[in-house]
Amino acid sequence: MRREAFAVLVIGGGPAGIAAARAATRTGARAAIVDDNPTIGGQAWRGAVPDALLSDLPGVRVAMRVVAALGSHDLLAEAEYGPVVLSGDRIILATGARERFLPFPGWTLPGVTGAGGLQALVKGGWPISGRRVVVAGTGPLLLAAAASLRRYGARIGLIAEQAPSDRVRAFAAGLVRHPAKLRQAAELRWALRDIPYRTGCWVRRALGTTEVEAVELNDGRRVSCDHLACGFGLVPNVELPAALGCGLENGAVRVDPWQATSVEGIYAAGEVTGIAGLESALAEGWIAGYAAAGRHNEARALFRARAQARRFAAGLDAAFSLRPELKSLCAPDTVVCRCEDVPWRDLQPHTTWRAAKLHARCGMGPCQGRVCGAAAQFLFGWGPGPEAVQTPARIRTLVQEEVP
Amino acid sequence: MIEVRVNGRPCPVPEGSTVAAAIARADVVAFRRSVHGRPRAPLCGMGVCFECRVTIDGRPQSLACQTPCRDGMEVATE
Repeated sequence: MRREAFAVLVIGGGPAGIAAARAATRTGARAAIVDDNPTIGGQAWRGAVPDALLSDLPGVRVAMRVVAALGSHDLLAEAEYGPVVLSGDRIILATGARERFLPFPGWTLPGVTGAGGLQALVKGGWPISGRRVVVAGTGPLLLAAAASLRRYGARIGLIAEQAPSDRVRAFAAGLVRHPAKLRQAAELRWALRDIPYRTGCWVRRALGTTEVEAVELNDGRRVSCDHLACGFGLVPNVELPAALGCGLENGAVRVDPWQATSVEGIYAAGEVTGIAGLESALAEGWIAGYAAAGRHNEARALFRARAQARRFAAGLDAAFSLRPELKSLCAPDTVVCRCEDVPWRDLQPHTTWRAAKLHARCGMGPCQGRVCGAAAQFLFGWGPGPEAVQTPARIRTLVQEEVP
Repeated sequence: MIEVRVNGRPCPVPEGSTVAAAIARADVVAFRRSVHGRPRAPLCGMGVCFECRVTIDGRPQSLACQTPCRDGMEVATE
């Protein structure tokens, strides 16, 4: 089996991972970034990494997926050429976040995507020009997605924000304390000035036979569309950290001021430590990279920036919390686990995520509960458990190395 | 432009496109069928949901949204 060893091994090539790897490299440490996407940049930058950050970036390995933890400092990964064991004296987990998806009738129809998901697809060349899009869910990411899709020629029919108007207004008023954010928000609203933006508004179901044709809103109104882009916030990707034994808190990796996790020599940075946005991810990445290399003074210089970014994120989180009505959208036959086609009805007899997995096969498919796990957590309050194998892997990868 | 084949039909796509984009350009709606035979298409766009699984150059269960198109690639859905 091929092996690669580094002083600092960074998992995830988004903003936090890039910052961490750069910080470590600056100290002279041999570092590498591993990412399962075809390019680095993460979901925030999607390959368009600012030039200033690209210089002196260490060994980057893209299209490489970590499939299992072999010990606390060895990871089994899969690349196109085959399996590889990656080792790091220090490991920095910058695995980012994914979108939270909530099930509702019709959400499995082709044309229903994540809000960030549709943005990602469009950046990959998905044809959107002239197509009618409804953007629904919660938070400022809806505006960012709508503005981006519009630049590619999409016709945005409606932005449906589930948060009540008083919360959204209070949040917007609070932006005066964050001038850069205020400017961003103002620019977005201006770019979308002729698009209906409704607060206290959510999609009750998606309608269509072979693909989505319209959505029905909570007030019963229907809006025709070719795409429904849903964004209900983000969920930290804690699967690998959990498999490595890192302690979690509120669904995110618990870290100390140096971004160190509960496991010796393993650090975490960015959205995986709690959803706090780009600025926080960058600050945490620099801190983790310096701290992992033993440069605590350099790391400390970033504490203020991190604190400020996290404060902003806390306000955001409170303003755009999910309303309880979203828990009761499913009909008995609404699919919750898309991999295994498990309907809401089949989950009713169970009281834990584990029982639902064992008896109803919920979360047992290829995505390993990455979609339905967060949904079940919101709907039923179940917490997902760690898995031995992270993601579908080729048998060849697994038989060559003993996976615990 | 480069050319891939989607279900045997030639499909020109701009360089840098993903296989998911090529399938959409070929007007194919269902990427795969669910356990109960329902049509499915990409949901997350970032390699998490596995709804975009197709066969690429003979390799089944490949993620269309995470695979860049290469000239002459053969893509099969469902």
